[in-house]
Amino acid sequence: MSEQVLAILIMWTFIFVYSIFGSIDFGSGFWAMVYNRHSSMAGKIANRFLSPTWEVTNVFLVLLVVAFVGFFPKGAYTLGTVMLVPVSLILFFLAIRSAFMVFSYSVQGYRRAMFIISGISGLLIPSLLIAVLPISQGGFIERSGGKESLMLAELFSSPSLYMYVLFGLASELFLSSLFLADYSRVSNNEKAYRLYRENAILLGPLTLIAAVITLLFMSPEAKWLVDNLYKQKIWFILSFIVFLISYGSLWWPKGKRPGIGRPRFALLGVVLQYGLASYGYGMAHLPYIVYPDLTIYEAFTAKETFYSLMIMYGVGLAILTPGFYIFWRLFLKDKRYLQQE
Amino acid sequence: MDTVILARSFFGTSLGFHIIFATLGVGLPLMIVIAEILHLTKKDKHYSIMAKRWTKAFAVLLGVAIPSGTIVGVQLSLLWPGFMEIVGKVISLPFQIEIFAFFIEALFMSIYVYAADRLPRYFRIITVIFVAFGAVASAILITAVNTWMNTPDGFKIKPDGTIYDVRPWDAFFNPSFVSSAMHVAITAYMTGAFAVASVAAFKLMKKQSEDEAAYHRKGLLLSLMVAFSMSFLSSITGHHSAQILHEYSPEKLAAAEGLFETTTYAPLAIGGYTDPETEEVKYGIEIPWLLSWLAGGTFDTEVKGLYEFPRETWPPFYVHTLFNLMVGIGSLLLAVAGAVLLYWWFFVRKKGSRFPKWMLWTLVFSGPLSMLCIEFGWVFSCSGRQPWTIYRVQTTGEAATKASDLGPLFALFLLLYITLGILTILILKAYFKRNPVSKDLEKLSSY
Ligand code: HDD
Ligand code: HEM
Ligand code: HEM
Repeated sequence: MSEQVLAILIMWTFIFVYSIFGSIDFGSGFWAMVYNRHSSMAGKIANRFLSPTWEVTNVFLVLLVVAFVGFFPKGAYTLGTVMLVPVSLILFFLAIRSAFMVFSYSVQGYRRAMFIISGISGLLIPSLLIAVLPISQGGFIERSGGKESLMLAELFSSPSLYMYVLFGLASELFLSSLFLADYSRVSNNEKAYRLYRENAILLGPLTLIAAVITLLFMSPEAKWLVDNLYKQKIWFILSFIVFLISYGSLWWPKGKRPGIGRPRFALLGVVLQYGLASYGYGMAHLPYIVYPDLTIYEAFTAKETFYSLMIMYGVGLAILTPGFYIFWRLFLKDKRYLQQE
Repeated sequence: MDTVILARSFFGTSLGFHIIFATLGVGLPLMIVIAEILHLTKKDKHYSIMAKRWTKAFAVLLGVAIPSGTIVGVQLSLLWPGFMEIVGKVISLPFQIEIFAFFIEALFMSIYVYAADRLPRYFRIITVIFVAFGAVASAILITAVNTWMNTPDGFKIKPDGTIYDVRPWDAFFNPSFVSSAMHVAITAYMTGAFAVASVAAFKLMKKQSEDEAAYHRKGLLLSLMVAFSMSFLSSITGHHSAQILHEYSPEKLAAAEGLFETTTYAPLAIGGYTDPETEEVKYGIEIPWLLSWLAGGTFDTEVKGLYEFPRETWPPFYVHTLFNLMVGIGSLLLAVAGAVLLYWWFFVRKKGSRFPKWMLWTLVFSGPLSMLCIEFGWVFSCSGRQPWTIYRVQTTGEAATKASDLGPLFALFLLLYITLGILTILILKAYFKRNPVSKDLEKLSSY
């Protein structure tokens, strides 16, 4: 494997991890808004998860940017130039959301404002984030006088963009409902569990349909990608099979006690499903970062930097793993936290 | 306005906003650690209350530090894509390590805030030590990038811009890294301590019970001791930074001092402003020989003046004022902290008298003044590097984005910063109004 391929593999892994955690994070914000007053405490549960975790999720977002600059500086140049407006908007909403999340924890009076802000930005931010994908397929960047810029009119009139957004939102809500179903089960709240399970049952097929429509509506410039995706179909078939199994597990009996569904199994399965599909998508995208001018080979960093970064990842992971473990124990497992009133 | 100037103002504003919260994010955890440790050793519950209340303030400030940091971090790529292309190849290491520091701080901060009641006491102290460590590490690491911009090292560049022979660790430990990193960490501690002192001094002036006054006096004393020692260290490390300037960025030192002619036995110009017409410092006080001595350790050290360098590469003249303000306020604060501590030793502690009101009022201003120092210092460091973004490698014009729609975005973010700034103050006020110290102290005595 060449260094460039290793670098993009790590990059895709980070993107994948962030898209899972980000989906759960932003989705929880949305559900917390929807079920703010719900009798089942479903909103409270979403919020209980969100309070200690959003900071950590935010660091993942920063990690994405930093890793990209470190691995593919030329890519940072191009995307930094053309994405000025959309990314600035993301930053703007993100800042408001984070600030209100913390403020509302301190002063009760801001609770309502916070639920609404965090709920709405929980839909807006991911929609803007996913716009990177259609842009990277080519056709939306224009070059004149050595200056690259985004063709906003073309982008916004392209059905491809909206299909991606639809797919992204459906996935976000699907993943977060599954996660919250599991979280509710661990918290021993059967009522909230049922609610999130129903959402997941509804949203699962929707994500599949959205994915297929997205593929159908790909812009003509993205023909190269469609062809490549077709070559990677094995990953998508596997992904589909895993989806069927995990979706089905929402009806499996719970085990010793009465109750329906295995949310933990379903969640892990769906993560695997997205992992397989992302791998296929990533392979199909190679070697382009932005089609047709920017490949991973041109954008690659200095070799020496690459190797020192790799060493640091090893060291960093070794240091952080115990920290993550303690964190998980305290907020995702400890009954004293999960079952408080 | 042309794009480069807009980009500079935009970015400077974002950083100027972030640094307020970031500095307190480094300074407050140290104070919390000290309070937790004092509680453990002295068994005085007041320190436990202090730690709790400072943590509350810290958590609110972090709610702005993190998003504003995310903004500047991403804005680097948006506004300075040309710069980041070189950064990615040469100096991405500190950015990368900084992520780990962020993770450490974010993980342990959540644990400290949301799980404190479920943790044994010694583990709580370890947790907050990790938070403090993560915060200061992120400050030091980001400083590594900034010092590399001032004294670039660890790579070679061909005339066509191709970069080769990259040595990431040499870039990291560039010549000005150690002195600046120490100066940045220490001034952050100093500012955190003065911020606490400001609040404590303000509270001491209110009508209150003896218990409450004792609580605030303890807080004031503790913060002043930290502030005093950090002020002292900040002047030492600042002096060291100036010597590094003398060696590696002589234009910057010359502009800071308004020195045009290269001389030995150079005088130190304090105050005044650099007049662009006559090319000299007007209305300043000159102390003979001092600059040579400060820069090189001997009076006959030769200090380069601006005439040595082509005019296009002169930094702006206003950096003289910024530098003077930083050093001036820093020295003043050192004197204030020292004087109040002496007063406490001889009059408050021994004779039981109170701090006079004017003294407390002076202290109320110490926190904001210290924060101003930080702002002046950074704007000095960043503007004093002009016209370079990477000293003698890349100009600011080459680094900047070519996009033309910065104006509306700048306005939007300005609005965001103002809103968040005001909200932060309101939230802190509302919270501490609803949860006054007296309430915490009462809970204590009812045990
Ligand atoms: C409370 C804040 C504070 C105080 C009291 C001082 N400084 Fe400072 N100074 C900073 C806060 C700061 C800073 C904001 O942290 C800077 C900006 C860039 C940096 O590395 O640190 C800085 C930079 C900085 C630099 C420029 C480094 C560079 O551009 O490479 C010099 C030469 C000094 N300082 C010197 C001093 C001296 C001689 C002081 C004597 C009292 C002093 N500073 C007090
Ligand atoms: C010397 C000045 C600076 C200091 C002392 C400082 C310090 C801090 C601190 C203490 C935090 C909160 C950390 C956390 O809890 O995660 C923070 C956040 C952040 N800072 Fe700064 N910072 C400085 C300048 C910068 C600059 C120039 C950048 C951009 C390159 C930057 C990027 C960030 C980012 C991305 C975050 C958010 C991290 C997160 O998501 O948790 N900082 N900074
Ligand atoms: C946090 C405190 C900081 C403040 C208040 C600050 C302030 C400023 C200001 C005012 C400018 C515009 C300079 C001018 O146009 O005259 C600037 C430029 C810049 N600063 Fe800093 N800065 C800070 C820290 C940093 C750090 C830690 C880095 C390193 C990553 C950095 C990187 C830059 C870059 C890349 C530019 C743009 C290019 C240039 O003008 O040289 N700054 N900063």
